[in-house]
Amino acid sequence: MMRSGIIAKKVGMTRLFMEDGKQIPVTVLHLDELQVVAQRTSEKDGYTAVQLGAGAAKAKRTSQAMRGHFAAANVAPKRKVAEFRVEEANLIEVGAEISAEHFVEGQKVDVAGTSIGKGFAGAMKRHNFGGLRASHGVSISHRSHGSTGQCQNPGRVFKGKKMAGHMGAVRVTTQNLEVVKTDADRGLVFIKGAVPGSKGGWVTVKDAVKKKLPENVPFPAGLKSAAAEAPATEAPAEGGEA
Amino acid sequence: MNLIAQIEAEQVASLGHDIPDFKAGDTIRVGFKVTEGTRSRVQNYEGVCISRKNGKGIAGSFTVRKISFGEGVERVFPLHSTNIDSITVVRRGRVRRSKLYYLRTRRGKSARIAEDTNYKPKA
Repeated sequence: MMRSGIIAKKVGMTRLFMEDGKQIPVTVLHLDELQVVAQRTSEKDGYTAVQLGAGAAKAKRTSQAMRGHFAAANVAPKRKVAEFRVEEANLIEVGAEISAEHFVEGQKVDVAGTSIGKGFAGAMKRHNFGGLRASHGVSISHRSHGSTGQCQNPGRVFKGKKMAGHMGAVRVTTQNLEVVKTDADRGLVFIKGAVPGSKGGWVTVKDAVKKKLPENVPFPAGLKSAAAEAPATEAPAEGGEA
Repeated sequence: MNLIAQIEAEQVASLGHDIPDFKAGDTIRVGFKVTEGTRSRVQNYEGVCISRKNGKGIAGSFTVRKISFGEGVERVFPLHSTNIDSITVVRRGRVRRSKLYYLRTRRGKSARIAEDTNYKPKA
């Protein structure tokens, strides 16, 4: 059952007006030249997965090693590469381009990305502490974290104590977001609500692990399978596996 | 035009609402679709537009204030809401502010707005 996910670029947020008068806040994700770059097979690698690449990178800014890797797959250099574990039946041939119709409307997905960095943040912002009182003798420490422990016993601060420190710029997964709409022509996926990361950031979208997959999703993936494209992708597929 | 602006412009075009030219200070009548059980009807809400926000885009909204049974009532409508049946301008007002929040503290005579007698629509 396990299908490949997608790599998408976060374009921004907007709203959609529905027929019944409801407004839905949506995040727009763009599938930019999303192609299969390599396959991982159980014979060769001990597991099955597809490696996808998205976005266009300049060849001269791509390392020699990666250029060779993309050339073996006969795809243009990609900005972002990620692997998705799939079952053997759901392996996609190298070079195939994935379309926005990979997901269906109403489906739940998990979206992972790098959250916006907040720098060095205090305990109130970072851990939702309440801070100290505004008056009653509190001076210049209204936003401090307060006590960090007990007294001579244990005589130390426990490890993992929530304190001020660096916040954000970590990988965050938001589960069970709804796909509101897809636009295959432009390669857009509209997801209800917010998605981790900043505009222009890369996110990965997978079928929700905690929700049942709808029956009408395409297997092994929603592909832009133009008939003319098929013979061109077959030759490098063999080259990639050899 | 960036992609988000393009998507929003397309949505505004596809909704195809006929939005008249109005601004803060104008008295407007909004036909709002109300669904009661299974049948829906249009409810009119008439009052002074005291603010317009976020322009003509998909995020645009406007606030209409009226005095209902001696109590001030304000409603915020999304400009492109599919629940809005019609917007009609009843009276053009002459005001010198874009947000008429000062009307909230006024009652009666001091809350009047002069009529804009020589209103010219923008070409």
